[in-house]
Amino acid sequence: MVAKGRIIWVSGPAVKADGMSTVKMYETVEVGDSKLVGEVIRLTGDTAFIQVYESTSGLRPGESVTGTGQPLSVLLGPGIIGKIYDGIQRPLGEIAQKSGSYIGRGVHTDPVDMKKKYHFQPLVRKSDSVGSGSVIGSVEETPLLNHSIMVPPDFKNGTIVDVISEGDYDIEQVVATLETSDGKIPLKMYHKWPVRKPRPYTERYDPTVPLITGQRVIDTYFPIAKGGTGAIPGGFGTGKTVTLHQIAKWADSKVVVYIGCGERGNEMTEVLVEFPHLIDPRSNRPLMERTVLVANTSNMPVAAREASIYTGVTLAEYYRDMGLDVVLVADSTSRWAEALREMSGRLEEMPAEEGYPSYLASRLAEFYERAGRVKALGSPNRTGSVTLVGAVSPSGADFTEPVTTHTIRFIKTFWALDTRLAYSRHYPSINWMNSYSGYLEDVSKWWKESVSSEWYDLRAYSYNLLQREDTLKEIVRLLGPESLPDEEKLILEVARMIKIGILQQNSFDKVDTYSSPEKQLKLVKLIVNYHKEAQKALKEGITLADIRTMPIIPSILKAKFEITDEDIAKLDQLDKQMHEQFEKIVNQGVKLIV
Amino acid sequence: MSDSINIEYTKIAEIKGPLMIVDGITQASFDELVEIETPDGEKRLGRVLEVGHGKAIVQVFEGTTGLAIVGTKAKFIGKTMQMPVSPEVLGRVFDGLGRPNDGLPEPIADKFLDVNGEPMNPEQREYPTSFIQTGVSVIDGMLTLVRGQKLPIFSGSGMPHNILAAQIARQASVVGTKEDFAVVFAAIGVQYSEAQYFKRSLEESGALRRSVLFLNLADDPAIERIITPRVALTVAEYLAFDLGMHVLAILTDMTNYSEALREISAAREEVPGRKGYPGYLYTDLANIYERAGRLKGKNGSVTQVPILSMPADDITHPIPDLTGYITEGQMVLGRDLFRKGIYPSVNVLMSLSRLMKDGIGEGKTRSDHSEVANQLYDAYSRSQEVRALAEIVGRAGLTGIDLKYLDTGDMFENNFLKQNLDENRSLEETLSRAWEILSALPESELTKIKDKHIKQYYRHQNQQQSTNVGVAAAVSSSNAT
Repeated sequence: MVAKGRIIWVSGPAVKADGMSTVKMYETVEVGDSKLVGEVIRLTGDTAFIQVYESTSGLRPGESVTGTGQPLSVLLGPGIIGKIYDGIQRPLGEIAQKSGSYIGRGVHTDPVDMKKKYHFQPLVRKSDSVGSGSVIGSVEETPLLNHSIMVPPDFKNGTIVDVISEGDYDIEQVVATLETSDGKIPLKMYHKWPVRKPRPYTERYDPTVPLITGQRVIDTYFPIAKGGTGAIPGGFGTGKTVTLHQIAKWADSKVVVYIGCGERGNEMTEVLVEFPHLIDPRSNRPLMERTVLVANTSNMPVAAREASIYTGVTLAEYYRDMGLDVVLVADSTSRWAEALREMSGRLEEMPAEEGYPSYLASRLAEFYERAGRVKALGSPNRTGSVTLVGAVSPSGADFTEPVTTHTIRFIKTFWALDTRLAYSRHYPSINWMNSYSGYLEDVSKWWKESVSSEWYDLRAYSYNLLQREDTLKEIVRLLGPESLPDEEKLILEVARMIKIGILQQNSFDKVDTYSSPEKQLKLVKLIVNYHKEAQKALKEGITLADIRTMPIIPSILKAKFEITDEDIAKLDQLDKQMHEQFEKIVNQGVKLIV
Repeated sequence: MSDSINIEYTKIAEIKGPLMIVDGITQASFDELVEIETPDGEKRLGRVLEVGHGKAIVQVFEGTTGLAIVGTKAKFIGKTMQMPVSPEVLGRVFDGLGRPNDGLPEPIADKFLDVNGEPMNPEQREYPTSFIQTGVSVIDGMLTLVRGQKLPIFSGSGMPHNILAAQIARQASVVGTKEDFAVVFAAIGVQYSEAQYFKRSLEESGALRRSVLFLNLADDPAIERIITPRVALTVAEYLAFDLGMHVLAILTDMTNYSEALREISAAREEVPGRKGYPGYLYTDLANIYERAGRLKGKNGSVTQVPILSMPADDITHPIPDLTGYITEGQMVLGRDLFRKGIYPSVNVLMSLSRLMKDGIGEGKTRSDHSEVANQLYDAYSRSQEVRALAEIVGRAGLTGIDLKYLDTGDMFENNFLKQNLDENRSLEETLSRAWEILSALPESELTKIKDKHIKQYYRHQNQQQSTNVGVAAAVSSSNAT
């Protein structure tokens, strides 16, 4: 029975209504005369506590509240890719057609175009027996993406008793009929799924394949695996958003879900403006053809911010179930946590640290556990993954605050952004001493097989130099650089080269924005070789001054943006030139000594 | 809501701090405007913060002094707070609630707009990419402002943030157009003299007739400050999106605003976040700062320069911290530079303009702009490190190249950063000064600049230096000392 009650209290996004004894927890309700969307988050007697996803300005006690009988759900079917949604899957483009430049209230639109025709290709035949989650057909959603039409995961196993022939249909068309123990069920090209419920799968695999992002400090030093989890905390101005944009642009995944959760409006606009013009280096198609945005900017209603994370991850799981690799980036999980805090405060719950609710940690854990590389339900065999990357915005750039400390417990890759590095314009300002990756060993096999057997050692060698520099810097700070022996001064010099030539990467430079794994490896190798040669030269009695003013150095440092992926052989030439120059100065030096 | 018009309530249950709780409510809505009459017949305005169970919590803008349980009347007027707007608002001065303050009558309204505004649909935003020339080298060169950006000034007590904001307001121009900026200025709890300085500065440059001023001074009611930026931005949005003007909105000082918000939160006994500020401070500030930008199909733009003073110069304080997370960059004024007498005392390393990358470069400013800015940042950052080192080990403990950087830092502060209050530098001059500084470094140090730009702009000091860079650098700088 549908609940019908009356508003008795309004305060910001929180509303209380009575006469709601038949409403269920987390059921969506229509609030007030303008039918604002809300969700029940607490029940006491016949009073329901409702969080409202739209502005409650002007709402008044006495107005009606009507249950829908449904939990907050998203529509899953062709037409999602390329869209920009708000936190509860309302398409912002369509909302604009109805309410103009600003987001109106009580606007109801379909999440996807129900009239658009797709070319459906059946993949099952009459009397085939299919399990829940099985693929029954496919349509081309975008030129980049074949969209599998699946039996909804909550349907029972059964037999196909009818299937439509290949042709162009809209998504409301019944494409097949499934007979189960419950009777005959029509299957359309879409189904609905509640956002707070993870979609089921058959089996979970270990993540062993790296997600290649083209960002050197990530791929080479702190890699993340497909199906893995990562967090990127940092104070303002340290480049969280730019790094997330870079991952969304260049990650080698089939689908990207970008959640703008309580962040800037212009950042979403930037993605909308830029992505249709950016070309995926692997498929030569616009990046927008694999991207979906969920935007709940900082000035949009706070409750919908809470929902946006779940909406996004459910969309990601849906594409995962097709056997695709999906990356979800959430900017920023701190704003989501703040939305939890605000609602918790209005519910007058007992607060834990800094006013956050005591269930903050379990909510974060639930979210990050929805990542993974899995075998999908049903037939045929499909392996898909959801990689979750969340930005964290710690107040005062203090990593001991609750959202950061709890997030760290549930993720395996940690990219610590550093305000000091950002101030010195070292971007991405990922601190190489504080960051870590739990996937390093897992992905080294892939690097060995797909790129080069030297990867692991080169990485370790160069990372070791950075670690030694970190210790030496302490001495320099106290005694000045002249107090060090030449070999250690050389380490400072080479570490500087690693920082400028590898770790720093300019997202806004056409060439530097993406480095292929091969290029990353060659750049590391170039500088490692430089160090080895320079050590030899020092032993031969060549002065450090001669070594560090070698004309090749600026070319090494600029190789990242002067040499493109197409001309990657030039890096080998550079390596050769370097060896020749060393030979030259060593020979000259030896002559001088003689 | 219209049926609740003119219902007057006289049953006041409680008065505490800035809040008044009205009892026996039958018709009131959330966020509704309330007209309050004190027992002495004085009229005040308020707003509903919470309504239900027969009670309404009303925030009284002019404060609750003089209100009484008996004899106070509250009239719920059936609509949210609105600002009357028309082209006539230009050149006018209003108080913090948007009422005329210049002795002239209320402008005849074309329409009434809700002061809370509505969230812009991100899909309908136009991405900001038009360079604004401010004539201030450090801004144009390294912290480029673009039309529709929100770029705050983080300052500290006594530092010249208002002078800088006034200079930006006087000099701002969009290159390639004849259009002038309209200025909307909101004084939020600032001293009379500061507001007066700004007004005079606009007057002297003839900009006052295309300006609108909202003044809530330090001795005006604190709770009124919640509304001041909102009425100002409502007018800014009207000028920009209804009249097609380019608007520069200056809000000073957002710290006073946040404190007013804290006062209300404390009176409502809410669970506080950091330093007693409410947990929703971020969302609340975002509702103000996000009212900047451009819209598809509209000519105008709202560019925001909010000013806030960091308590004890602490950038991690919740107000600058949350602001930095919302705005598109920040200009941070540095106490050290201020003490050295350098104006504008912008600490570039702590400052940032997020939209700069899209407003500069070929066709907008110059193709080398971004590389030059990056290299300048790098050089100045390095010079600061060397400066700190030199304080411990002395100049003698530095290498030749370190000494070069040390000099570069001084050159940067004196020849690039520093400029006069009325000095309006062209972009060419700004970039030329930048190259002069970079050319004092050996060419091999310019690792962020493409070779073709070095060829075009780098000025060789003498031929010797380019042949053996390291040694020459060491020699020339040791000669200098």
